[in-house]
Amino acid sequence: MSTTPATADQTAPQTAQQAAGKPVFDPAAVRDDFPLLGVEVNGEPLVYLDSAATSQRPRAVLDAERRFLETVNSAVHRGAHTLAAEATELFEGARATVAGFVGAEPEQLVWTSGATAGLNLVAYSLGNAAAGRAVPGHEDAVRQWVPGPGDDIVVTEAEHHANLVPWLELAARTGAAVRAIPVHDDGTLDLDAAGALLTPRTRVLAFSHVSNVLGVVNPVEQLVALAREATGGTALTVLDACQSAPHLPLDLPALGVDVAVFSGHKVLGPNGIGALYGRAEVLEALPPFLLGGSMITTVTLEGAEYLPPPQRFEAGTQPVSQAVALAAAVDYQRAVADRFGTDALLAHERALERQLRHGLRELPGIRLLGDAAGTDDGTVERVALQAFEVDGVHAHDVGQLLDARGVAVRVGHHCAQPLHRRFGTTASVRASAGIYTTAHDVDVFLDALSGVRSYFGVA
Amino acid sequence: MAGLDSLYQELILDHAKRRLGATDLAELPELTESTCGATSHQRNPICGDEITLRVTLDGEVVSDIAWEGLGCSISQASASMLTDLARGTTTAELAQLTEGFREAMRSKGQLPLDEERYGDAAALSGVSKFTARVKCAMLAWVALEDATRRARPTTG
Ligand SMILES: Cc1ncc(COP(=O)(O)O)c(C=O)c1O
Repeated sequence: MSTTPATADQTAPQTAQQAAGKPVFDPAAVRDDFPLLGVEVNGEPLVYLDSAATSQRPRAVLDAERRFLETVNSAVHRGAHTLAAEATELFEGARATVAGFVGAEPEQLVWTSGATAGLNLVAYSLGNAAAGRAVPGHEDAVRQWVPGPGDDIVVTEAEHHANLVPWLELAARTGAAVRAIPVHDDGTLDLDAAGALLTPRTRVLAFSHVSNVLGVVNPVEQLVALAREATGGTALTVLDACQSAPHLPLDLPALGVDVAVFSGHKVLGPNGIGALYGRAEVLEALPPFLLGGSMITTVTLEGAEYLPPPQRFEAGTQPVSQAVALAAAVDYQRAVADRFGTDALLAHERALERQLRHGLRELPGIRLLGDAAGTDDGTVERVALQAFEVDGVHAHDVGQLLDARGVAVRVGHHCAQPLHRRFGTTASVRASAGIYTTAHDVDVFLDALSGVRSYFGVA
Repeated sequence: MAGLDSLYQELILDHAKRRLGATDLAELPELTESTCGATSHQRNPICGDEITLRVTLDGEVVSDIAWEGLGCSISQASASMLTDLARGTTTAELAQLTEGFREAMRSKGQLPLDEERYGDAAALSGVSKFTARVKCAMLAWVALEDATRRARPTTG
């Protein structure tokens, strides 16, 4: 569909970019790379504002997967035939590319089927250590992270269920408690409360870089420092980078976390692939979660010895074509960043974030979930993602009306029930942008939304 | 938005506001040994819609329905219409109506509900074309089916 240029609605940062003669990113320049964006929905051109749920894939990604399947496909790390060797090379090359995307070394990157699998890997690994299955020689290292009776696993009130339920289960199995850092009304974390919740009994601190409902960028370094202060550095810090990876350049080692996860399908890549980053000493010390082929050195009928990381955590046949395609997604994003400049991309992100938030604020009867005013003066960083409620109209009905205009948004609790409860509701509407989102998309969305309350007779 | 109007018919929007049978369940007298009744709590995990519905039976007849719930206009309207329809029916009639409703909802617009049998609830026919909304329409019906089954645990 449209290659509609950004409208006159350009907000300050982009104008500043322009005024300063810096390169400007116009998403119209990349939209044609995404075949799906050309579809019509209910007779209207698609306005896709659900990238936080899953992003669309550029042709380069679709082609890379197809090319691999048509010319190289075979099992990796097994067998000596030519294709197997080529596939292994591409698979490991993809690991290096994706590791580079988050500032990591290839050995620090474990393939998973997605963020959920990565978080479960960590929680179950600690559970296995709690059951006495520490990696020989690493008992002391892992012991400091393993929760027991009287210990705490600290999360935040804003976590996606993927970064909450595995910890609840681990706590239930080990006798530990899960404690949640509260969220302020504006969507930022209550860091004073965090300081009080983190104690020498904290074994794990698990939190999202960006909540999938609030869009606020949490102060990772500050939280890591608070955990270090409280525990002397013994707590395992786990970062859910699902919603930051699509929007911000990431350097996970620099953030100082022990472990981080993200999903391929949210960063222009395929489903069924994701990655877990871990500091080398941490991966060394974590026992495996899934067990079986490809992760062992020697197996007897009495027991098995395991490969070092990352293979220790990659049991079974891996999603190879997806890994290769995820690397293509990373390459694609790097090419766009090289062409327009990372600053221009970030400026566009901020412009969309403001257009979305300010546009919503101006409509009557809309309540934003987390409305950090500090975003405007730069004291709070945000990504272009906003959840809201419409007074008198249920989120599901709002979504239906928007859908009739071709606008795709997410409705419901977005896998964050505790956070919705904290904001006094069960469901909200969420609009979220991707690299291909234009100011025009946001305009169409706001226009469609402005008719919702009168349709349902509440305005 | 022509397609939408087949979903959001006037009657649906009316019932979503009127919410027949909606009440604060905590305010109702407790069910006792002699009042044959039961409660069912159902939720739609996808969008967070919830309903708690209480049925009271007088022999084989549904003498009362009361519910409280949160949800979209389709789920609220459906609960209201069902209350209207089911009060005074026998449990056997109700089971047939529920089966017919379920079939219609699964029919993707192929099986409209008969107005004579379903009354206002026939206006929900259009929902079956919007597969993502079928669960919303079904929620109260599933709750009533479950509550009725619990109210008469050993018969049938
Ligand atoms: C913040 C956050 N964490 C975790 C997940 C889970 O990701 P996946 O379903 O790809 O495993 C999501 C995706 O919805 C998310 O937004």
